[in-house]
Amino acid sequence: MPKWIKIDPVTRIEGHAKITIRLDDNGNVADAHFHVTEFRGFEKFCEGRPFSEMPGITPRVCGICPVSHLLASAKACDAILAVNIPPTAAKLRRIMNLGQIVQSHALSFFHLSAPDLLLGWDAPIDKRNVFGLMAADADLARAGIRLRQFGQTVIEVLGGRRIHPAWAVPGGVREPLTAANRDLIRAGLPEAKATTLKGIEIFRSLLAKYETETQVFGNFPSLFMGLVAPDGSWEHYGGKLRFVDGSGNVIADQIDPERYAEYIGESVEPSSYLKSPYYRPMGYPAGMYRVGPLARLNICRRIGTPLADDELVKFKALGWGAVTSSFLYHYARLIEILGSLEHIEKLLAEPDILSERLRADAGINKLQGVGASEAPRGTLFHDYEVDDNGLVKRVNMIIATGQNNLAMNRTITQIARHYIQGPDIPEPLLNRVEAGIRAYDPCLSCSTHADGRLALQVTLRAANGEILDEVGRL
Amino acid sequence: MAAKVFTIDGQQITATEGQTVLDAAQDAGIAIPTLCHLDGVMDVGACRLCLVEIAGLNKLVPACVTKVTDGMVVTTNSERLQRYRRMIVELLFTERNHICAVCVSNGHCELQSLAMTLGMDHVRYDYTFPKCAVDPTHRLFGIDHNRCVLCGRCVRVCWYIEGAGTKNFSGRGTQSRIVSDLNAPWGNSRTCTSCGKCVQACPTGALFSKGAAVAEMEKDRGKLEYIVTAREKKQWIV
Ligand code: SF4
Ligand code: FES
Repeated sequence: MPKWIKIDPVTRIEGHAKITIRLDDNGNVADAHFHVTEFRGFEKFCEGRPFSEMPGITPRVCGICPVSHLLASAKACDAILAVNIPPTAAKLRRIMNLGQIVQSHALSFFHLSAPDLLLGWDAPIDKRNVFGLMAADADLARAGIRLRQFGQTVIEVLGGRRIHPAWAVPGGVREPLTAANRDLIRAGLPEAKATTLKGIEIFRSLLAKYETETQVFGNFPSLFMGLVAPDGSWEHYGGKLRFVDGSGNVIADQIDPERYAEYIGESVEPSSYLKSPYYRPMGYPAGMYRVGPLARLNICRRIGTPLADDELVKFKALGWGAVTSSFLYHYARLIEILGSLEHIEKLLAEPDILSERLRADAGINKLQGVGASEAPRGTLFHDYEVDDNGLVKRVNMIIATGQNNLAMNRTITQIARHYIQGPDIPEPLLNRVEAGIRAYDPCLSCSTHADGRLALQVTLRAANGEILDEVGRL
Repeated sequence: MAAKVFTIDGQQITATEGQTVLDAAQDAGIAIPTLCHLDGVMDVGACRLCLVEIAGLNKLVPACVTKVTDGMVVTTNSERLQRYRRMIVELLFTERNHICAVCVSNGHCELQSLAMTLGMDHVRYDYTFPKCAVDPTHRLFGIDHNRCVLCGRCVRVCWYIEGAGTKNFSGRGTQSRIVSDLNAPWGNSRTCTSCGKCVQACPTGALFSKGAAVAEMEKDRGKLEYIVTAREKKQWIV
């Protein structure tokens, strides 16, 4: 008799979600689904608003990565104005995005995942959180917190505030970087780099111990997508789209994000509010692709900074052509922090970085605009259509977590197959399914559960809906 | 001109002949909340936020249109007045869709600062969520009826300072809207001189300069007073 295992809600991912694992008649895992029940409505209620308000409205989609929405939105508006924004404005936007990548990745690794990695999946639930980490390795926990703070400081000094800065505007940015703030950011770089290198060292030392996890936490070939520079280097703000396959072969390259709809289809599944995008030429669901840190490192040739490039070589050696294990998202994240820090340093040294020419002024010169940027979790698209007066007629957003949806389902299925051998729900399964999902650092709504409290509800259901077993704990 | 001596919040004050309670209070450094009042433009007593108590009078009167009389005893800040003022602001918020966080005037809005000074930490009435349009047809400016409080400041500056007579009220009650000409799209108005005085006069983000992003719309009301003083007193004081 088929059975259902439901894990509800998943903690220590940012948002709320349920997981259902369906068993077949033999008690083997048939498939797994990750239900997202929260992301909704933004596209609809932006309709009718003046487009210039969009960079202020859309960051409200998410309190975790508002900067990413801010930048994608500002870029879509730049496209409607049909302007090239002043070079300094573009550099400052880049610095802010890098700050966002640092703070978000630091949160993911040091606060949310390090407790699992360092204390073990099966450490007691009340210890396996950032406070437990504090008790076990206070220096590391503190350094992680400070690293995140550094990223937040970058955002704050540029945007004037840490959350929802309304600083990027159509045509550029509103405020310049002051010399004092440049020096403030610079002063934080050495410590931030040291912490990141320490994190990398720790993660590498754990690789052997977590061989099983590397194998079963979402290790499968898939496509990878993200932005790359014209020369194929790592990108996060500009550049064009590139798709590579599971062996690292480039299958589509230098695609203008404006043409995303030709390459990305969006399927909607009844079980989830998340749209599941796929690579159109290969169809659904074969065109499953992953985005985010793992994808960005798989598609790029180099990061363009010395320390990160050294690490990239070691990272690439973990795969054949492409690194296919989602467990290694963690590693990719750390390398991206390093690259971001080095890129911030480079940008701060630009001679025109304090310039006050920051905003291009123009009217409505195009009735559609697409803006893409790399959010910490993957490529983010904002696509707006406006009328002659600039009122928004249609909005489409493709968010990173949605693009990883198919891969997350695949990952849960793989983990469940490995750990479920009978009719029972083995204890280690739950923690590992959660950890498998957490590798993607999915961002599902606007709430953070950094306290690490594991509230689990597991329901075992027969095909007729009858509850066979229920395990719950708070 | 005969001076009037009256009492306001226990303080003896001298006012000039014809001065309003609001004006005299402001001269004496006593703040009374206002919304439809705009320095330099005639008052109409529309918003009722400036209500004060006058000894011997049973009803409350708006300070902006009440002239000082000799021996008047005025209270500006009783518990009852505070309650009413807060109620008025709450009702203003429920009447349209004021979403400060994503508004062009966030941080520079008179309605928002009123709500803050009056201690409006939440709204006790049901929001009406009316469907309101945005008119973006003017080349330079837009009006978002979601944010209009019907104070009529735009109408008054348009008629009495610019003399164009473009802006007006249409409809009654909840259907009331600010219109241009005889309800034409603003961009088609034959009378609008595109002077922008209405935009500067508007206390909220309802009237805005096109292209303004969130929190970017700061109004410059000093200009209006400058023009009025120049015209009426022949004094060009910047
Ligand atoms: S548009 Fe502004 S100034 Fe005119 S009535 Fe409405 S709130 Fe008052
Ligand atoms: S300010 Fe007096 S009634 Fe509005």
